[in-house]
Amino acid sequence: MTTAKIRVRGLRKSFGGKRVLEGVDLEIMPSTSMVVIGGSGSGKSVLVKCILGLIEPEAGEIEIDGQDILELSRADQEEVRGRMGMLFQNGALFDSLQVWENIGFGLIARGKSTRSQARERATELLTMVGLGAGVRDLYPSELSGGMQKRVALARAIAAEPDILFFDEPTTGLDPIMGAVIDDLIMELVRGTGSTTVAITHDMASARRIGDSAAMLYQGQIVWTGPATKLMNSGNPLVDQFTHGRLEGPIEVEVSRE
Amino acid sequence: MPGQRRHRKRRNKSHTTVIAPLDFLAVTGRGLLSACQTTGSLALFALAGLTHLVRPPFYGRVFARVMLQMAYFSLPVVALTAIFTGMVLALQSYTGFSRFSAESAVANVVVLSITRELGPVLAGLMVAGRVGAAMAAEIGTMRVTDQIDALATLSTNPMKYLVAPRLLAGVISLPLLVVVADILGVMGGYIVSTLKLGFNAETYLTRTMNFLEPMDVISGLVKAAVFGFIIALMGCYQGYHSRGGAEGVGSATTSAVVAASILILGFDYFLTEMFFAR
Ligand SMILES: Nc1ncnc2c1ncn2[C@@H]1O[C@H](COP(=O)(O)OP(=O)(O)OP(=O)(O)O)[C@@H](O)[C@H]1O
Ligand SMILES: [Mg+2]
Repeated sequence: MTTAKIRVRGLRKSFGGKRVLEGVDLEIMPSTSMVVIGGSGSGKSVLVKCILGLIEPEAGEIEIDGQDILELSRADQEEVRGRMGMLFQNGALFDSLQVWENIGFGLIARGKSTRSQARERATELLTMVGLGAGVRDLYPSELSGGMQKRVALARAIAAEPDILFFDEPTTGLDPIMGAVIDDLIMELVRGTGSTTVAITHDMASARRIGDSAAMLYQGQIVWTGPATKLMNSGNPLVDQFTHGRLEGPIEVEVSRE
Repeated sequence: MPGQRRHRKRRNKSHTTVIAPLDFLAVTGRGLLSACQTTGSLALFALAGLTHLVRPPFYGRVFARVMLQMAYFSLPVVALTAIFTGMVLALQSYTGFSRFSAESAVANVVVLSITRELGPVLAGLMVAGRVGAAMAAEIGTMRVTDQIDALATLSTNPMKYLVAPRLLAGVISLPLLVVVADILGVMGGYIVSTLKLGFNAETYLTRTMNFLEPMDVISGLVKAAVFGFIIALMGCYQGYHSRGGAEGVGSATTSAVVAASILILGFDYFLTEMFFAR
């Protein structure tokens, strides 16, 4: 049996008195794509940020290639995390840098390429995410929200990381561009053998890009299974969620006053 | 409010007078503790920023951009402040000193006040309002939009990339600005004295240089370096720890300016004591 690429055990995190993750267990096999679904505010972004080391969990283990990274020295942790890439929910592009500098940032920072090589590479990546070379010298504030998201995607994949996290990669894109991005993500998994974790609210996209899927609810993973089963999982929580039903075991916390 | 309810209940009892001072102590204690905590985390933050200055990689591009923003674009503000301050100093001391026939001291008063005190303090306060605020806003926005997290995922240490170059730029740029402020401040005094108050240009300049010692200028420049560090540190610290969207960034900006201004005035006193009170 192969070891899991990412293995999370008993992960806990709370903010102030508010408990967000209450013992998350998750296993992701190498070169597969996992889709994480869950309600707004259920802690999906927090989970991913914990794995990336941006948020320190209170308890739990995070194993990458069978190695608990929370136990490693700081330098080794950084080494492991250098092989990860992340697309943030709202893009998180650097306002003060041009599009190409944003995309090439990781390449330059890791000493993998010079500034002019990074600029070349940025142009290639822009084409991959469906943007022309014309936006290369613009600043992020000059782009539409969807274009920013695609630039952010280009930045995340620029260094061809081993593990890629996508926080809602297709939110804010039109349906066709959403499909293009889905294709790109699938290509990345098949072509470069990356392991990817995608958070999404888009069930069609989830079934396209995911090999497996997991649902986060009340701080725990309540279901994992093949992504194709998302719409008929047999789990009442998942079924209610994926079909968007108001009636079911999930209490909809909307105050009607 | 639970607090109010508690107070109302107490007022009915006879031992209110005993409890109130204790309440006061508790509030003071809490304030003191949080002040200590803030000082501690500020010191650690400064230390972390400084240690990154001596370890590669160095981000020259960021440094150059911040220097431009801090030194070059602050020039007009600092220059105007210095000229008017020099002018008003000459006028005030002339009219004041004429009461005891000490008008001849105007030149000395102007140059000593500007180099030792007003140059660094006023430049510091102006730059705190201009640049400290901008730093807090920029870094604060980066914090609340996940850009600081993004830096970390791109193998870049945010302390090294964002904070270290700004601290260095603060320490270097403010003394440069103060050199300009010193010259223009003296010039402001010179203009008013010769054109309006009827001083002889040559005597005024001789008097300006007569009693000026290197230490006067040097102490001003050292002050400026310290103030520059304070401005950059408060801007970065407040921005780095801002929370909660645009509102959080706004209050970080205000805190940065207020804290830097107060610290500048406080440190000004202690530095002056260190240099001149023997
Ligand atoms: N830095 C933080 N400080 C305090 N609370 C936080 C912080 N980050 C997240 N939270 C809280 O953790 C909870 C989970 O947030 P998270 O961003 O992970 O939700 P999510 O599942 O990604 O939701 P969405 O689908 O809307 O993006 C939220 O209630 C949020 O208020
Ligand atoms: Mg989220």
